[in-house]
Amino acid sequence: MTTTSLAETVSRDIPSALAAADGDGGRPHRASRARRRRGAPGRVGWFTYLVLGVTTVCSLFPLYWMFVVASNDSSSVNRVPPVLVPGDQFFANAAQVFEAVPFGLNLWNSFIVSAAIAIGQVLLSALAGFAFAKLRFPGRNALLVLVVGTMTVPLQLAVVPQFMIVTQLGWVNDLKALIVPGLVTAFGVFWMRQAIDNSLPDELVDAARIDGAGSFRTFWSIALPSIRPAASVLGLFAFMAAWNDFFWPLIVLNTPGAFTVQVALRQLQSQAYVTDYGVQMAGTVLATIPLLLIFVLLGKQIVGGIMEGALKS
Amino acid sequence: MATIADPRQRTKRRIPIVPYLYIAPFFIVFGLFGLFPLAYTAFISLFEWNPIGEKTFIGLDNYAFLVADPRFWNAAGNTLSIWFLSTVPQLAFALVLAAVLNQALLRFKTGFRMAVLVPNITSVLAVGIVFTQLFGRDYGMVNTVIEFFGGDRIDWVRETFAGQVAISTMIMWRWTGYNALIYLAAMQSIPRSLYESAEIDGAGRIRQFFSVTIPQVRPTIIFTAIVSTIGGLQVFAEPLIFGGQGGVTGGQSRQYQTLALFLYEQGFRNLDFGYGSAIAWALFLIIVVLTVVNLGLSSRIASEDARPAPLRGIRSRRGPIERRSTAERRSTTRKEVAR
Repeated sequence: MTTTSLAETVSRDIPSALAAADGDGGRPHRASRARRRRGAPGRVGWFTYLVLGVTTVCSLFPLYWMFVVASNDSSSVNRVPPVLVPGDQFFANAAQVFEAVPFGLNLWNSFIVSAAIAIGQVLLSALAGFAFAKLRFPGRNALLVLVVGTMTVPLQLAVVPQFMIVTQLGWVNDLKALIVPGLVTAFGVFWMRQAIDNSLPDELVDAARIDGAGSFRTFWSIALPSIRPAASVLGLFAFMAAWNDFFWPLIVLNTPGAFTVQVALRQLQSQAYVTDYGVQMAGTVLATIPLLLIFVLLGKQIVGGIMEGALKS
Repeated sequence: MATIADPRQRTKRRIPIVPYLYIAPFFIVFGLFGLFPLAYTAFISLFEWNPIGEKTFIGLDNYAFLVADPRFWNAAGNTLSIWFLSTVPQLAFALVLAAVLNQALLRFKTGFRMAVLVPNITSVLAVGIVFTQLFGRDYGMVNTVIEFFGGDRIDWVRETFAGQVAISTMIMWRWTGYNALIYLAAMQSIPRSLYESAEIDGAGRIRQFFSVTIPQVRPTIIFTAIVSTIGGLQVFAEPLIFGGQGGVTGGQSRQYQTLALFLYEQGFRNLDFGYGSAIAWALFLIIVVLTVVNLGLSSRIASEDARPAPLRGIRSRRGPIERRSTAERRSTTRKEVAR
């Protein structure tokens, strides 16, 4: 590989990757289903199931363990051999979490921030994506390359001036400090551009124009509905990323009432409850459950979204 | 590409304003909270700058201090070693996992894909808290297992290498499945005929993995190596949580303090914005350098298997396994044919 810029590489590889996008939908003809299935041919041996079985256990065990410790009293953690089944202390431990930190408020803060970021990111990304996909204007391609190029820039490192800006705006301890910077991501714009490019035929856009719709009307009534699946996946990703974010909230929030769940967990872990694993884990369970529920309901879309995003970025 | 334009514009070439309004929100927010701060970091790093806003220009003094600061080199070493310990096994295992998931006749496909992704939706804080407990010295599950097999208990939190292994384990647990799915997406688009002709040539499963799968997903391997490097060098929360109350210094004797954690400590605990910015800029440079190195290395490793067999050192050691599996494959093929 020559030393081309990453942006060029990425944008060059996209069309070919997209052409091969994974289409798990579409029922092949029943008789030839086995032949038409994606993936390597051949018999599946026991080794496969062994690898997958071990991997599944390794993936799920820490989460199971989280529930075990959260539902036992703290002394049972220190037993040898360790307790391996959930106990009945979960609500007692959870009650202590709510005593130690304003956890209800923290959950609410996390929810507000994540929901606002999810909705904002979908709308603003769709808007920019629509312009990049369907409108013609000078500098469009250069700007798109710029967007793609910024995907790999580690913006976390600019945290000192970011904090200064937030201070100037008077947003320290204000959820705005989390929401506004999270409203746009390069990935989101790019994702939406691809979605609109793929699922909105030019003929439809032209038809709308002939019918006298302005470009915003076209965007709102035609583009948005046609990319609903891609938009939901992006919203889901944005929500989960915002819910799990830690570094930035830790820096801009310093009063317990303004904390998000993640910062509250750190508080729980580093302060009074260091040795009380039951309480720590109960907090961890409460912080993890919302996303686990989302995952149980929408895991298939999340998996599909990641596999598709892989081809796009 | 369609143009939505006022029909009157056909004759007069005016620059349309609307598209720029559509992309403006992105560029405004991104400029204000992304690109501008990144450039401004370099500016701040030239000052003695405290949060009250008093600043004194000191030129490159922050950098001079940085180069002479053993804490910085310690953090840089820890960052690299944790990055290496977590990234290399992670991507290797993700490749194997993806290849295993990529079999057309596999059952419970969706279930397995979801199972490997569960760790990734768990927050880094949750992962840190759970694994810190699992790696506990006296009652941790990991030490219990080690003892059960006759080993000695390891003091994960105090020891340098052990602590870094524990932290790398957290990173690996969280990201392996995610990368496996990315590889899987790439593998799904490999034409099946390649596998079929490899099989006709007598290549077994392992040989197919090295000679068909890996060369075919090469761009994706490079991509994940780069992304994992950019992310892996910014490891922050895991060592912070793992160190418990001594988390900000990454353990009692800074034994697993990473650069991102060092940046946080100097910039936001000691409130030395200038020095914090210098650390950020140094970390940025390290990321750039390693990304470039990665590009070179990844393309070399990924293309190694595209070369003829005699040139490959690693493969000759795999000889016996390969031959055996080829023989196995052949016999099964014959059986299938017989059937």
